[in-house]
Amino acid sequence: MLEIKNLHVKLEDEDKQILKGLDLTVEAGKVHAIMGPNGSGKSTLSYVLSGRDGYEVTDGSATLAGEDLLELEPEERAALGVFLAFQYPVEIPGVGNMTFLRTAVNSQRKARGEEELSAADFLKTIRAKAKELKIDADMLKRPVNVGFSGGEKKRNEILQMAMLEPKMCILDETDSGLDVDAMKLVAEGVNALRDEGRGFLVITHYQRLLDHIKPDVVHILAGGKIVKTGGPELALEVENNGYAGILAEVS
Amino acid sequence: MALAEAKQSATEARLAAMSLPEGGCLAAARQAALSRVQTLGLPGRRDEYWKYTRPDKLTSAEVSKAAVFASDEEPMFSEFDRLKIVFVDGVYNAEASDDLSLEGVQIDRIADICCQDIHWAKDLYGVLEARGQSPVARPLAALNTAFAQDGVAIHVTGKPSKPINLVYVHSDEASDAILHHVIRVEAGAEATILENGPAASRFNKCMEIDIADTGKLHLVRAQGRDHERRAATHLFARLGSESVFKSFTLTVNGILTRNEAVVEILGGDAIAHIAGACVGDGEFHHDDTVFITHDAVNCESRQVFKKVLRNGATGVFQGKILVKEGAQKTDGYQISQSLLLDDDSQFLAKPELEIYADDVICSHGSTTGAIDEEALFYLRSRGVPAHEATDLLTLAFLAEAVEEVEDQSIADAIVARLEGWLARRR
Repeated sequence: MLEIKNLHVKLEDEDKQILKGLDLTVEAGKVHAIMGPNGSGKSTLSYVLSGRDGYEVTDGSATLAGEDLLELEPEERAALGVFLAFQYPVEIPGVGNMTFLRTAVNSQRKARGEEELSAADFLKTIRAKAKELKIDADMLKRPVNVGFSGGEKKRNEILQMAMLEPKMCILDETDSGLDVDAMKLVAEGVNALRDEGRGFLVITHYQRLLDHIKPDVVHILAGGKIVKTGGPELALEVENNGYAGILAEVS
Repeated sequence: MALAEAKQSATEARLAAMSLPEGGCLAAARQAALSRVQTLGLPGRRDEYWKYTRPDKLTSAEVSKAAVFASDEEPMFSEFDRLKIVFVDGVYNAEASDDLSLEGVQIDRIADICCQDIHWAKDLYGVLEARGQSPVARPLAALNTAFAQDGVAIHVTGKPSKPINLVYVHSDEASDAILHHVIRVEAGAEATILENGPAASRFNKCMEIDIADTGKLHLVRAQGRDHERRAATHLFARLGSESVFKSFTLTVNGILTRNEAVVEILGGDAIAHIAGACVGDGEFHHDDTVFITHDAVNCESRQVFKKVLRNGATGVFQGKILVKEGAQKTDGYQISQSLLLDDDSQFLAKPELEIYADDVICSHGSTTGAIDEEALFYLRSRGVPAHEATDLLTLAFLAEAVEEVEDQSIADAIVARLEGWLARRR
């Protein structure tokens, strides 16, 4: 599904190399987790894959189902099936959540040459999905993320994911700022979307989230590279021993 | 004090070609207005109040030609049930207008009133304009009072069942129109006035609004989409206690537009909202100049102005809240913001507060900025194409001003026009 080869990325404005030869393959139907210490390049990876400005790819490639992602605009990547659940979802005053979601869903359908969803169908679908995530009607009417609590913002991200049905979901520290109950709710939302045709890349600091979203593969990212790959037990090792032990072992 | 020589000669040059229309019961008001113009002189480039906007084309004796704009859209407000009053190049057109009778309101032409010896409008025509000359001179409004040949006097005595729509039509590329409307809203009465359409090559319009205690008036106007328009408009409003005045102006395109609003709140518990949204592209200069005086207790005023500017367009905001001694519990709010869609456009703002009462809430803010890159990326990452995402954010920026329009269907019509304007620029 997602194939990243020898990815080198630096900041556009300064001479700072962040990713230094990252290799990663996420298969359809699998959940991969990326853990790593602060500054290892986790968020950069998520932004580079989704097409945010400010990064320069100096070497390597990233493809989704064989399509070169790095040449595409963010909206084209989204239409191909890339979805990034933001660590800090952006507040957009003046744009209603519902309008936003409908525009997004229909923009993607249009880009793929599919028919747009009618207002009635859209409403029916979003109501059902919102209910599962305990998102009330009021939250749908309010401007995007404005006045939402941390938990509401993350639930709203998962709702968008559910509506957009992406092929490749990237979750950037979705657990940050969540209490245990909110995390469970978000994890349930994610688990409901697990599907044979869909890949997940879960970026997190802590093992906690992985208790709820069980990964198939765990990677440790440090210094801009994947330094170790293993099963779910690797996350537990991090939890028990910290990163220091693993880093010492691989260096 | 004698006028500076340059100003004196410019004023004389402008007045030379003009003659006072027949006055009837308005003759004294016209004569007094003419002497105000002569005393004040027309605005010049060195006047502080015209620091950001060059008045030359508004004051010159010669009018610059302006192409008649052919729109591909239905005129604004066409979809509403309304009483239509049409002016072509500043002259009332009976054929295109609806019958002027409507329950709850009496409508007369200023041109007809000029032939009468007695009419209620004589106590309003030029009166609020004259009051509005202090502390800041507004000579173009005095010029209007003196020379306007047409316009309407609207006396609202009840609650008319539909809005009154003043429709302006531009047909002559050298037209120089002066219109003066007076509106009196009686106690307990309520009306909505709509204005739209390119009026003339050069347009000088004055509207005096007197709202009695507990009266309500909603004014929604749409200026544009003609590009070559040069317009100076003045709105003078006087509010009695517990009265409500809400004004919203949409401005689309236009080489030069100066909209002045002068509101005097004289009765307690009154509410005045003056709002505007404008969008300009290229050769566009838009100036909102607002002066709200609180002279009564417990009143609320809001000024909400938003400007979207691109390709070197210029936006100006001069807004003042004056709270007089004794006007306690005043709640004054003023916000002026611009969204610059490129580096060439500019926004010039002069917010002012002058407060002589000690128990008031007054806030003002002015910002200028570009599209929020974070928000833009967020939208794009969800699949919304860049241009569509930019439009969504632009409309979101304008939303606070459009929300000042109380009637939802009218607000929707305004948003539709803004969407159209943005879509044509993709």
